[in-house]
Amino acid sequence: MKLKSNIAISDSGFIFDPVSGDSYTLNPIGKEILSLLKGNKSDKEISDFIFEKYDIEESIFEKNYYDFIGMLSHHNLLEEL
Amino acid sequence: MEKLKYERPIINKINAGVPDKFGMKVRTQIMPKIENHSVKELIKNYGSPVYVISEKIIRDTYKEAYQAFSTRYPKVQFAWSYKTNYLDAVCKIFHDEGSWAEVVSGFEYNKALSNGVSGSKIIFNGPDKSDDDLEQAVLNNSFIHIDHFDELYSLIKISNRLKKTAKVAIRVNMDAGIYPQWDRFGFNYENGEAWNALNRIMLSENLELVGLHTHIGTYIMTASAYGVAAAKLADLAVRVQKKFNHTIKYIDLGGGFASKNTLKGAYLPGKDTCPSFDDYAESMTNALINSEIEPDKLPTLFLETGRALIDDAGYIIGTVLANKRLANGRRSTIIDVGVNLLFTSFWYEHDVLPAQETSQQTEDTTIYGPLCMNIDVIRAAIQFPLLQKDDNFVIPRIGAYNMTQWMQFITLRPNIILLGVDGNVHVIREKETSETFKNAEKMPKHLDKK
Ligand SMILES: Cc1ncc(COP(=O)(O)O)c(C=O)c1O
Repeated sequence: MKLKSNIAISDSGFIFDPVSGDSYTLNPIGKEILSLLKGNKSDKEISDFIFEKYDIEESIFEKNYYDFIGMLSHHNLLEEL
Repeated sequence: MEKLKYERPIINKINAGVPDKFGMKVRTQIMPKIENHSVKELIKNYGSPVYVISEKIIRDTYKEAYQAFSTRYPKVQFAWSYKTNYLDAVCKIFHDEGSWAEVVSGFEYNKALSNGVSGSKIIFNGPDKSDDDLEQAVLNNSFIHIDHFDELYSLIKISNRLKKTAKVAIRVNMDAGIYPQWDRFGFNYENGEAWNALNRIMLSENLELVGLHTHIGTYIMTASAYGVAAAKLADLAVRVQKKFNHTIKYIDLGGGFASKNTLKGAYLPGKDTCPSFDDYAESMTNALINSEIEPDKLPTLFLETGRALIDDAGYIIGTVLANKRLANGRRSTIIDVGVNLLFTSFWYEHDVLPAQETSQQTEDTTIYGPLCMNIDVIRAAIQFPLLQKDDNFVIPRIGAYNMTQWMQFITLRPNIILLGVDGNVHVIREKETSETFKNAEKMPKHLDKK
């Protein structure tokens, strides 16, 4: 999973896609995940990071994570594989 | 180190600040408790979903409505519209507050009797009264509101046969400026049909004309329509007085006040747009007081208010079954309340409120019921926070019509509980069981092979 390199993320969780001109908002966890993706972290590294920091069951996070990735893909924010 | 509270990661596209069909982003209201009762506890004890009715809200709403009228007009009588919610416990609360009963079928009529309402405090409306129903109503001195000429002639026959005077009113339909005009019930005012019916009644030996009735429609957003209706009925009363020297005892302006629910497609929430009891009362009572009816002959004002008296007192609470992503990327949340239990979701945008803390992040969401049918949509488009499977929610303001128009479909009807003013929770209708259905079914012999 790789974020398109030209996507800009602000500290407040605001993102901008210069190609489409669309902008988006993220909640804090969304922003953390996006930053990790931008840093080319793997799915495993990302989930380990989240489990370390947040109180959440693995199965719930996994569902939410793939749903989130699905939305990034839906908005064309990920590199085509 | 203690771990942080988790919330689901989400991303929302920004649409240049224009409100779309999902509405403007608003702060999510949550509802962990109804009065002093925790929603989670109620579900644990009484199942999910479960209907919840607040006795206190019924009583408070009734008092507010009664006060709006009684401070403006000398003689006011409410009659509880059974069809709106005819759970016996609910009816009894209204009767305890002073309401009579307004019924539209033999079934409802007998329910009112068994709730201890005397026959002389029952108003019998509707196009479907059998001869047996009419006979019972005549014998009990109930107020029979005649809907059509066939019924008028049946009643003449029945009262003559019983040699007993029937107390009657006619239902009048009219142009009160409301669209659509309900002209399928009663006798028309403008074309003279109502006047003809009144003349026919006045010439019948065993019919006593006591009242005039109309019900101009439901969820009426313009209070002034009631002023028009009241003036037209007052005009009929004046003409009856002149021609027959006969005084009409009451004018019944039916139901139809809007509840604070938001209609589908409405731009603003219902609680900001619907008239208050005071607005309706002002319009009606002004019209009556300013009419040509002589002051000492002012009729009693009857009201058959339904939804506006009970909607706010009812809730349905339930559980999230699943979240899904639709093909177009939109979130969908499936809950255990379907349109079969929430009939009014066909015309209202019901609020759906989380019963636990959620993040303030919301997403464009469609909320579906569990019915395996495409029409089972509770909210087509709502800004909704991120509820997980097994989270609970409250749908408020559903007390009217849902518990009478509900449909049994693929599962059984749930418990209905009353939060009593005694502080206790009472089951007032038990959830149905498989036996409920099995007991009513019969197996033809030739199919009953093992
Ligand atoms: C004759 C009559 N009275 C009263 C009512 C109650 O109406 P509402 O719930 O709109 O107040 C109805 C509802 O259809 C009705 O038909």
